[in-house]
Formats: sequence, structure tokens, C-alpha cells
Amino acid sequence: MDSTKVTTSESVSKKKGKTKKLKQKIKTDEAPVQEMEQAEIEVTENKSESGACFPPTFSVSEIKNKQRRHAMFLKLKEEKRKQKLELKKKKKKERKALGDQAPPKEVPKTIENQRIYDETTVNPEDEEVAFDEGTDEFSAYFNRLTNPKVLITTSDRPRGRTVRFCEQLATMIPHAHVYYRRGLALKRVIPQCISRGFTYLMVINEDRKVPNGLVLCHLPDGPTAHFKVSSVRLRKEMKRRGKDPTEHVPEVILNNFTTRLGHSIGRMFAALFPHDPQFVGRQVATFHNQRDFIFFRFHRYIFKNEKKVGIQELGPRFTLKLRSLQKGTFDSKFGEYEWVHKRHEMDSSRRKFHL
Amino acid sequence: MQHDDVIWDLIGNKSFCSYKVKTKTQQFCRNEYNITGLCNRSSCPLANSQYATVREEKGLCYLYMKVIERAAFPARMWEKVKLDRNYAKALEQIDENLIYWPRFIRHKCKQRLTKITQYLIRIRKLTLKRQRKLVPLSRKVERREKRREEKALIAAQLENAIEKELLDRLKQGTYGDIYNFPIHAFDKAMEKQEEETESEEEEEEDEEESGTREFVAEEEFEESDLSDFEDMNNLKGSSDEEEDAEEQSSEEEETEEELEEEKTKAKSKGKTPLKGPVRKKRAYVEIEYEQETEPAQKSKAT
Repeated sequence: MDSTKVTTSESVSKKKGKTKKLKQKIKTDEAPVQEMEQAEIEVTENKSESGACFPPTFSVSEIKNKQRRHAMFLKLKEEKRKQKLELKKKKKKERKALGDQAPPKEVPKTIENQRIYDETTVNPEDEEVAFDEGTDEFSAYFNRLTNPKVLITTSDRPRGRTVRFCEQLATMIPHAHVYYRRGLALKRVIPQCISRGFTYLMVINEDRKVPNGLVLCHLPDGPTAHFKVSSVRLRKEMKRRGKDPTEHVPEVILNNFTTRLGHSIGRMFAALFPHDPQFVGRQVATFHNQRDFIFFRFHRYIFKNEKKVGIQELGPRFTLKLRSLQKGTFDSKFGEYEWVHKRHEMDSSRRKFHL
Repeated sequence: MQHDDVIWDLIGNKSFCSYKVKTKTQQFCRNEYNITGLCNRSSCPLANSQYATVREEKGLCYLYMKVIERAAFPARMWEKVKLDRNYAKALEQIDENLIYWPRFIRHKCKQRLTKITQYLIRIRKLTLKRQRKLVPLSRKVERREKRREEKALIAAQLENAIEKELLDRLKQGTYGDIYNFPIHAFDKAMEKQEEETESEEEEEEDEEESGTREFVAEEEFEESDLSDFEDMNNLKGSSDEEEDAEEQSSEEEETEEELEEEKTKAKSKGKTPLKGPVRKKRAYVEIEYEQETEPAQKSKAT
């Protein structure tokens, strides 16, 4: 009975935390009633409470009254801010005092720094990976047995923007042909493509007059990757762009494809372009992976001297985000999926990336 | 009993019918047994004690008939006859079942059967074609992805990355001999080596000196002549060389330093070719030879 009385009174006193006197009053009233042990406990608690504004077991969220809770929270924040400022000043003073011997400045934390280590990250000397890559579907391309030939098409009834995007893609990628999709089923299209010697099928999906998806299918039973396309900028929308790309074969830059999955996607992109870039053309296509977004850019470069290079953006730009990677050619129902983006599992941490 | 006229009088015009839907121009009947779908005296299933309809269930057509004899038994009121899948046979079946029935009902039943078979055929055709799958977008997720993409773009620093990669490729030599820059690289390498150790520098300079000519002054050579050249200290190359010529006997280190100075000065000048020394006073043989050797050295320096 007595103990329960204590707790209720304590909570009451905590609510009126600003009024310390009241607290102490209640305590003193209770003290003589209690047994010796409890009185001692109360006394010690009393001392600790009177020392700090917030007793250690107290949290702002326990206050039921919204206005008071808000006020207490603001107080807490201000205290924290003050402490932080003091700490900073102290550090700065120390740094000045030490002068040369001061410890080196700490590197700020970035998402790339704090990235959760992915166990499928590829080690450059890994033999297993090298062996796999020697025998996977792209080995034919990388052993120079086939030349890429790309078929670009869209979903049904494409609108102007998508059509223009396809045309521009076709000018950038050598040996690319655009075909109008007349409501044909992809599964029927694929055998015909194979018979005509195409190595890649690129389908640009459209939604509400804007391209929003890309299906990239490597043809002689290669993997099929489905991407989400965003921020498409056509050539005429780009500022300070150069002239149209020429027919020269561009170079390819693949950045930041570190994991196994990233590696396979990188090889997929690399196999889109013919092997020997014509350096005379001075064109470069870049696929840059950052936080699972693949940014595509197409530039023309010129070396001013051996330390400086100038780049001028030509063609269209877009960003891709991998949605799924399927093992065979396009078969959404019965295909075997190597990797599927599952939002609830994979997007839970801000620092976990898969490519 | 069944007074159809009375019923129609009430629900059709005067009072309320819960199946009736009124629009501006027409009245529709929502009763599931209605044959035409309109609210008419002849189409109302409640106001006609002898009535028939055709309805479709899971791809099969049935003929429903209602006669006045069963009006008292609502559970058994409608007689359900399964019609054949074949359209022609189904028409015959309708004729056979509704043999002495009013023309209107027979005609309307056949019309309804036609319509139903047509739409069933269309359904079957569509299912064979490609089905478009509609995937719902979550607005919250889309907004989040967009924001993350923007942040990733800022973090990527694309131009810098591309430039860095291109310069790396240039250094590695993937471009071969297309660009003429490698000489600069060679010069830089030279600089670095000079800074490191003198011994390495000695070796390099010995190599350079092997091609150059040095002319030693005669023993009768007067040092006073030197003063003329002190004014010419602006003409660095020549002055250096003259000192070399004089001090050929001197220690190697000094000459090395002078050559170093020459090189550093040459580089600091930004590799502009030094003009031939403009000698105001002297016209000796030595000078001419010095002029010849200067450009050779300078071309190497640049």
C-alpha cells in the first residue's frame, strides 16, 4: 500500500517537473510515514532528483499532457544543443593549442562509407568469379565470338516521347535497330530475333506517355533484366549539349559495380557495345552505379593536356534501377528469377545496397 | 391472385418499384430476370405472369421460364433449361421451349442469346492475347525513390568520375599514340627523379652531355671578358653554356647544377623556345657554336 502510494506521488511530481519544491514537499511528507528502508531509498532518490532536472529513468514520452511534453522536449533539445556546442568549442581550442601535433581531422561519415558490407562483393583476384565469368552467357561476347546487334522496341502504341527516345538510343548504340511493336508477344518475337542474329532485345515500356521501364534481354538464352527508368532527358532538353553522336563506336565506362549481381549487370551493359572502341570518335558511354541507381550518360571528350580533359554531354541521359534479373529469355510467368527486388526486405536499411 | 395490370399500374407509374432506375430519357429495370433491361409494360418480370429470359452463368446459357401456374410457389417459380453450346442448336431449343409463347418474348430471348454468345466469343479471344498487368504504384514509395535518386546523383559526382576515369585510361596508355602528351609525362618523370637523388641526375646529365659540344677557352683567356657576359645573365642558356665552357675543368657538380638551372629555368619559362643569344659585343666562334647547341638542348627540354 505504502509503496504504491510512493509511486503515484512520484509520477504526479514528475508531471509537474518544473515545480521542484512540490516534489520535495511530498517526499518529506511521505518520509516519516515509511519504514526506515523505504525512507532511505526516498532520501537518496530525492537527492538525485534535486541535483538534475531530469532523473535518469525519466523519459519525455512518459508525460501524458501534450503541451507539457512538448515543452519538456524543447528543453531537452536545447540542453543537448548546448552540450554539443560546448564540446565543439573545446575541441577547437585543443586543436589550436596542439597546432601541428593535432590529430588528423576525422573523415565525415557518408552513406558510401557506412555501407553495410555485402558478402557477395567481388574480389578482383577471385578465381571462382573469374571461372564463372569465363563460362557464363556473356563469355561468347567477351571471347570475341559474337558481335552485338540490338533490337529496340517499345510496348504497345508508344507515344512521341518514347519513340524519340528509342530513336536516340539507336543512334548511340552501334548496330541498333528500332522496330515498331505491333502488338506482338515477346515470346514470339524472341525466336525470330535469334534467327536473324540479334544478340540483344531492348523493350522500353511506356506509361502515361513517358518511358518508365526497360527490359533488356540477352538473346541466345541469356539473362533478362528488368529496370525501372526514370529522369529521361532527350537530346533537345539538355543544356549545353554537343552535336549529334557520330557513327563511331564509343568507349564504355562502368563504375561501382562491386557485387556479384553488379558484376553480371555490368557485363550485360558492356556486351551491348562492340569490342573495339574507335578512339577517333572520342565518345564515351558511362554506366555509373551509385546506391543502386545506374546513371547513364553519353559524352564526347577532349584531352586539353595530360592533366585536364573536357567533356561535353551529347545524347540522352537516364537512370535505371534494377527490378529483377531472370535467368533465361523473357518469361515472366515461368522464368527462374535470379534476383527480385523485394521492397520490405531490401529497402529496410538505408545503407544496404545490392549492386 | 395475379393481376398483372394492377401490379403494373402500381409499380410502373404510380408507386415505387425498387428495381426501377430513372434517367433523363429512359427508365431501366435492374431486375436480374428482365429480358431487355428497360422498364416497360411488356418487359417487367413482376408485371408479367408468363415470362422468359436467357441468362449466362460461367460461360453457359440458360433459359428461364415463369408461368402463372407456379406463381404461388416462389421457390419453384423459375424453370431453368440449359441451352446447347452450339448457337444454332440453342436457338432451336428456345423455339421448342417457347413454342406457343408470345412473339415478343421469343424474339427478345433469341436476341439476348445472340448478344451473350458474341461477348463470350470476345472474352475467349482476349484471353489468348497478351494480358497487360497493372502494377499499383505506392505514392510514398515513389516519392522516396525519387528523393533517393536525387541524393545518389549528387553523391555520384558524375563529371568528376568520368574525367578521372578518362585520365586514368590516358595514363595507362589505352589510347596508344594518338595523343602527343607523353612527352610531358616524360618531363615530369625527369623532374621527380632530379629531386630525389643527385646520382641519378648525374647519369641523366651525362647522357645529355654526350651529344653536346663544349669549347674550352684558351689559357690566355681573360676573365675580364666575363664581365660583358654578366650583363647578359638574362640570356640564361648562353650564359650557362659559357660558364660550362670555361669551367669544363671544374668539378662536375657545378656543371650539373648549371644544367639543372637551365632546365628548371627552361621549364619555368613554360617551354617557350629561347631565342638565340643576342650578343652585343662579341662575335667569336664560340658564340656561334653555342647558338647551335642551344636549340638542340632546348628541344630536349621542351
